[in-house]
Amino acid sequence: MTFALTPDRDQKADEYLTRYPSARAALLPVLWLCQEQNGWISPEVIDFAARRLDLSTAAVKGVVTFYTMFHQAPVGDHVVWVCRTLSCDLRGAKAIQEHLEGRFGCHAGGTSTNGKFSLRKAECLAACGQAPMVQIDDRYYENLDLGQLDRILDTIERDGIEAAVERFATEASFDPDAGPKARPLQSVPPPPVSKEAADAAQGSGTSTDKPTEDE
Amino acid sequence: MADPQKPLLTVRYGLEDSWSLAVAEKAGAYAVARRALSEMQPDAVREEVKKASLRGRGGAGFPAGVKWGFLSPKEGDEVYLVINADESEPGTFKDRTIMDLDPHRLIEGALIACYAIRSHVAYIYVRGELRHSIARLEHALGEARAKGYVGDAPFGVDYPIEIHVHSGAGAYICGEETGLLNSLEGRRGEPRLKPPFPAIKGVFGMPTIVNNVETIASVPDILDLGGAEWAALSRLPGDGGTRLYGISGHVERPGIYEAPVGITMRELLDDYGGGVLNGRPLKAIIPGGSSTPVLDPARLVDAPGEDHPLHRWHGKSELDVPMGVDTYRALGTMLGTCCAIVMDDSINMVDVARNLMRFYRHESCGQCTPCREGTGWLVDILENVCRGTSRPGDVDLLVNVANNMMGNTICAFADGCAMPMLGLVQKFYPEFVEAAKHGLPKGTRHDTTTRDLLEGAA
Ligand SMILES: Cc1cc2nc3c(=O)[nH]c(=O)nc-3n(C[C@H](O)[C@H](O)[C@H](O)COP(=O)(O)O)c2cc1C
Ligand code: SF4
Ligand code: FES
Repeated sequence: MTFALTPDRDQKADEYLTRYPSARAALLPVLWLCQEQNGWISPEVIDFAARRLDLSTAAVKGVVTFYTMFHQAPVGDHVVWVCRTLSCDLRGAKAIQEHLEGRFGCHAGGTSTNGKFSLRKAECLAACGQAPMVQIDDRYYENLDLGQLDRILDTIERDGIEAAVERFATEASFDPDAGPKARPLQSVPPPPVSKEAADAAQGSGTSTDKPTEDE
Repeated sequence: MADPQKPLLTVRYGLEDSWSLAVAEKAGAYAVARRALSEMQPDAVREEVKKASLRGRGGAGFPAGVKWGFLSPKEGDEVYLVINADESEPGTFKDRTIMDLDPHRLIEGALIACYAIRSHVAYIYVRGELRHSIARLEHALGEARAKGYVGDAPFGVDYPIEIHVHSGAGAYICGEETGLLNSLEGRRGEPRLKPPFPAIKGVFGMPTIVNNVETIASVPDILDLGGAEWAALSRLPGDGGTRLYGISGHVERPGIYEAPVGITMRELLDDYGGGVLNGRPLKAIIPGGSSTPVLDPARLVDAPGEDHPLHRWHGKSELDVPMGVDTYRALGTMLGTCCAIVMDDSINMVDVARNLMRFYRHESCGQCTPCREGTGWLVDILENVCRGTSRPGDVDLLVNVANNMMGNTICAFADGCAMPMLGLVQKFYPEFVEAAKHGLPKGTRHDTTTRDLLEGAA
């Protein structure tokens, strides 16, 4: 079975070709179009992209395998990326990942049994100030706790991804009233540490972080 | 004198629909570009940027005006401006605010920069994950094109400028400027050997200037105030202006803040970030993205010599040194992307090292043996140390492997991995030795659930 872009996407590809002095430079944009249509970069997609841009299939394959966002196998209806880099981990990303694994019944790298969600671990997604966070398809969901995470996933399952985007998706945030505009530069004494909180922290949790496999 | 507290770069962030042309233009967008293109010569624009002492905001802190001066295109060469919006350095989330909240500032900066370096085409290379930011930029470019600000005759001036958004597809190394250029050309994002530097031979074999998003977004304010006055907003010499500071991790008010260059880390943490989360004691701060060696608040600046650049801060905590490209280098770390990661005293630094080194192992492009193998070794050793299954000498082995990665590779990625590794071991040596004997101590808070953490129950 051969692959071809739909006419409107193919027109888009033509437009991309005008943006660069070499056809090859349009490869990433064209692969994005293909993945949007096909869901993943199949061998047929690779053949198509190679023909479209006059490249060898080896060249295209080399590119596809370099980038984590090009799926080299079919994925679920939605891809959930959970950031596990330091800023997110410091604010509970491990719990987010474990909750997702429990809910989907698969490990990071796998797909839920109903085929709805693929779960992936991500490296820092440039949302560290709103940690912990996940990316679901094209959008970010930030400042999560487990309840919020479930509300988002319930919404996707019940009403679809657009409804979740509408209600929960986030963008870069900025609080114009925070910082020195609201509070002129001066040292703020830290709030007192309650003794219970300090004790609880010392005693809580064990270190059972299993060596996690890269997916 | 402009008021150093007044927001410049972020002045439009808080407006409703700040990302739309109508709102941005009403609040001043494109006025400076219009003036620069109609009334100034390119050389004069470059001169103002030079006077501004604008240090690159992408990590290395190279003076932008000087970099622009490296161009010497031959007859028939096409000069390109490439804007680095790959923002992938762990802990860094500042450029995304510009793209999401004020994309027209970036486009205005790109128009002025293109004019200044005599380029007619700019590419904004955005990391692939930022689909929303890409959509915002595309929308903004559509608006700017419709008005004629981008295209054949911006503001009626016969100087065509085209600006394109180019999406990456997930790879940290595409933030390295030559890896980025390869990726932009439709190749694997593997860094190139330098020289030749991009200013001589960059994208499509042509002279190219690569600058960070925030660097370019600062240009309109520089021309608006005048280079010298903009430079004077800073508290430090040779490192001008205001910049975006980020703070994340165990902090009460994580976020992005604009402040003059040269505030101290303590000011960033306490006055902007609201102090350590739940008022716990502070353990350490990674100052400017994961590649910058860690700061230990308990450590005092050791600069007894009068001629030491940090002599003024001799005997004070590392956190009290002003944050600048040069001061931080003198401190033995780097300012990097100026986005700090805060850790409270429940955190074990061996665990931190393992988290970061996993990142580097995952992201090494694999071209250079010391980097490809070294990143893997570091993770393997750290896994053993954390698990309590390490062998005697493993802590020294970490140092040994890291030392052998430094300076032996095509790009600075390996250094960016080795330097923080060495910094962690050097500053928290007893913790590494202890873990090497017994594994991570009980009570390492890595496993706490989010809700407990945020409610302060942990
Ligand atoms: C491994 C590595 C990753 C980098 N990632 C980024 C990045 O995500 N964004 C960025 O602007 N610069 C990044 N840089 C720095 C760029 O190579 C380059 O110096 C910078 O874009 C120049 O812009 P500036 O002079 O305006 O700072 C990275 C460098 C290295 C070595
Ligand atoms: S240092 Fe690492 S990331 Fe950089 S080119 Fe070599 S292998 Fe690739
Ligand atoms: S660490 Fe998760 S977004 Fe940066």
